[in-house]
Amino acid sequence: MLNGTTAEIAERKALRINAAKTCQPIGAMYASLGIHGCMPHSHGSQGCCSYHRSHLTRHFKEPVIATTSSFTEGASVFGGLANLTQALRNIFTIYNPDIVAVHTTCLSEVIGDDIPTIVKRAREEGAIPEGKLVIHTNTPSFVGSHVTGFSNMVASIIKYLAEKTGEARNQVNVIPGFVEPADMREIKRICALLGVPAVVLPDTSAVLDGPLDGEYQMYPKGGTTIPAIKSMGDSLATFALGHFASHGPAVSLEVKHQVPAGLLELPIGVAATDAFVQALRAYSPSGVAEELETERGRLVDMMSDMQQYFHEKRVAVAGDPDHVIALVQFLLELGAKPVYAITGSRGNHFETRLHEILDPVVPDAIIKQSADFFELHQWIKNGPVDLLVANTYGKHIARVENIPFVRVGFPILDRVGHRFYPTVGYAGAIRLIDLMVNALFDKKDRECPEEWFELVM
Amino acid sequence: MNSPAAASISILPDRRDSIARAGEAGNAVACDRGSLAGSVTQRACAFCGSRVVLYPIADALHLVHGPIGCAAYTWDIRGAQSSGPQLFRNSFSTDLQEMDVIYGGEKKLGRALRELIRRHQPKAAFVYSTCIVGLIGDDVSAVCRELSAEFSIPVIPVASEGFKGTKKDGYQAACDAAYRLVGTGDTRDISDRSINLLGDFNIAGESWIIRGYFERLGIQVVATLTGDGRVDDIRRCHGAKLNLVQCSGSMTSLAKRLERDHGIPFQRVSFFGIEDMSAALYGVATFFEDPLLREKTSELVREEIERLMPELREIRTALEGKKAAVYVGGAFKAFSLVRALRTIGMRTAIVGTQTGDRDDYDQLRAMCEPGTLIVDDSNPLELAKFCLEQDVDLFIGGVKERPIAYKLGIGFCDHNHERKEALAGYVGMLNFAREVYASVMSPVWNYTPRRALRLRTAPRENEE
Ligand code: SF4
Ligand code: SF4
Repeated sequence: MLNGTTAEIAERKALRINAAKTCQPIGAMYASLGIHGCMPHSHGSQGCCSYHRSHLTRHFKEPVIATTSSFTEGASVFGGLANLTQALRNIFTIYNPDIVAVHTTCLSEVIGDDIPTIVKRAREEGAIPEGKLVIHTNTPSFVGSHVTGFSNMVASIIKYLAEKTGEARNQVNVIPGFVEPADMREIKRICALLGVPAVVLPDTSAVLDGPLDGEYQMYPKGGTTIPAIKSMGDSLATFALGHFASHGPAVSLEVKHQVPAGLLELPIGVAATDAFVQALRAYSPSGVAEELETERGRLVDMMSDMQQYFHEKRVAVAGDPDHVIALVQFLLELGAKPVYAITGSRGNHFETRLHEILDPVVPDAIIKQSADFFELHQWIKNGPVDLLVANTYGKHIARVENIPFVRVGFPILDRVGHRFYPTVGYAGAIRLIDLMVNALFDKKDRECPEEWFELVM
Repeated sequence: MNSPAAASISILPDRRDSIARAGEAGNAVACDRGSLAGSVTQRACAFCGSRVVLYPIADALHLVHGPIGCAAYTWDIRGAQSSGPQLFRNSFSTDLQEMDVIYGGEKKLGRALRELIRRHQPKAAFVYSTCIVGLIGDDVSAVCRELSAEFSIPVIPVASEGFKGTKKDGYQAACDAAYRLVGTGDTRDISDRSINLLGDFNIAGESWIIRGYFERLGIQVVATLTGDGRVDDIRRCHGAKLNLVQCSGSMTSLAKRLERDHGIPFQRVSFFGIEDMSAALYGVATFFEDPLLREKTSELVREEIERLMPELREIRTALEGKKAAVYVGGAFKAFSLVRALRTIGMRTAIVGTQTGDRDDYDQLRAMCEPGTLIVDDSNPLELAKFCLEQDVDLFIGGVKERPIAYKLGIGFCDHNHERKEALAGYVGMLNFAREVYASVMSPVWNYTPRRALRLRTAPRENEE
């Protein structure tokens, strides 16, 4: 019944059906939540803010705070100066954050509000208490996607706050990308195992995966602290994980404070994690971490145990560009055959990079930026797959076409594991194999004829 | 009981007027005004209101004209069920880009509509305007008119630009849009005993339950607006003899217009809780002035209540004296919940809404027990503070409130769009009671700090 998708493919220019992306501000909001003591502020009407908070809450199952300028018709005619000034005054009076991170919405972008000027005036008028910070980023949703918004906010945090004292610090910066709190936690663990002091920005672990402690904490324990962010200008290097979410901010730090930027991909799978670990090792006192090596060994062990089930399996991957690029490589490592790779976001790097990866091994793979789930569904109808890896929105396709389905990325609105288990690092790869193999096995168990139904698989 | 956490939370001075206590003298609850800039409001926008109201019309096409976000966040998120077409569960958007914002999105809108109508052959199409469309000045009505003529189906603009107001204003825009269908269908075979159900969205199949009751009484339900809604039913709904309007804000204006233009009276009802459900049924029986119908109604009510009473009684014994906080969209739902909670022995310690008006709050003050806190347009901090102060056992709210309740170690029941169980009707009352019971009595709370504290300090029963 959900099957409204037709197999014949027509060129579509004006219409987006079942998007594989969402809008910039939610990414900016998520990034801001990764600063300790921060109140994200949505400069626009209250609907956007409410949607972004609800959506994040559905994904993380955690309270998500953000304030809004509550635009009304008047503000959309005369501009949002008065709203933002009053908002800042109120936010500091009642919610008392250390920092407010303002992002725009489509509305304030079209009106053309000049945030820095408004903030400057608000400060002059005393709406912002001494010692409190206000930063901003522009996040028009008619450009880019939630990943762009994330990246813009991280870049702005760095631009506003990172300082260079001239005295180098024995630490590196890591920009983890639009990943789960569990992933940020895992990245910190990897750094710690190698003995590399690291500032991870943003860091939503212990913010959006907090414990139940009987109290409602508006500003939970976690988040990158402001002193830590300030110190990023003195770090030895920055490692940016993912072209779309992280490279921009790292480069801006390099330009501003000459901190060398190491541009990596999301450490999903063996080679990508190796690359990250390798990069970190240069800053590690011992250069090795036995525990990590063992983990890698266990991952490879599991891969060898399970390779037969991945061999030549046709897989469709949809999601955020950095994730898709990394997942496709991991699937190849496993011997699977990624035949469709799409993202809703825009950016030629997505197609260029994936062609580089896939052309030699899966020359007929379809790779597309700015695509949507409807399109993907049409391709699948014409050339079926054995496995679908996507965010929750892949669910409709998986059901209609009866495809084993593994949820990775943002948003995941109907499962829980993503909140606790990373997908990055060697441990994350083990988890991914677990999810994918089990999805394949479950389908076989459900559907195979009795004589093929096996206890030992 | 003042926990230190609660004491440290202060109330925004400008919000003091929006909070009152039942049974105390004082000003009316200030409400129905825009949220304070800078507050963590739980409110949404006009678009949100329009979208929730019209979305369940299952054989219509719903196209969101705007940038991608507004469409993405409203893609298939409500459990509004359809017994037939599932077209409405797709997300269609014009995904406006920078060039469209500069040069206008009318052409794109026309093309998108054309393609969709060709492919899906819907009975009607709704085109939702989001903030940006209002700003760049697209003439959405003109495009809709053109397409209507081209395909001979109603293509209806919904003036739902978010900044135009709160959800309530969006309900209004939705009613205006839906009303353009009304009066265009054939009403000949409609019975003298017929009603429309307005303001029920068939979340978890609730419209079906309510429809079932009326059909058992021999009353024809012409159209449900909009749960499991169909364009053709709405077109002829002006042939019904009576309108039942559920959910205070959302569809009253449509009912008023049906009264004005077609002379159909309406009754405001709620289908939540035994008392309100029964009152709704009796109201209809009284309207049709038929003693036999009245008798049949009492019989149905008796049967239904008898069926659920044994279990309800048990649940009541367990929940007696426990306290609840209610924070929902509309005031009418709040009234019902206060009563329904009373049915299962619970007291409402805090009650608030996003869209209540002055009369609503006066009524709440009158019906709640003295001391009950009454709040308009609250925020998480305030809600958390009140919950801790009042030491409630249950929170009834929506998606944004759930994790806050859990963090405080409080049980939760979703009475919003994302509820998974039907809560309307008699069977709904039982579902509600079960859900509340399950959450309040869950052993999980024994492991949370607040309850752990209470277990330690409460006098033990067998310790005489
Ligand atoms: S208006 Fe823009 S910012 Fe707001 S929800 Fe829609 S797309 Fe996102
Ligand atoms: S842009 Fe406007 S219509 Fe869209 S969500 Fe935001 S406030 Fe609502």
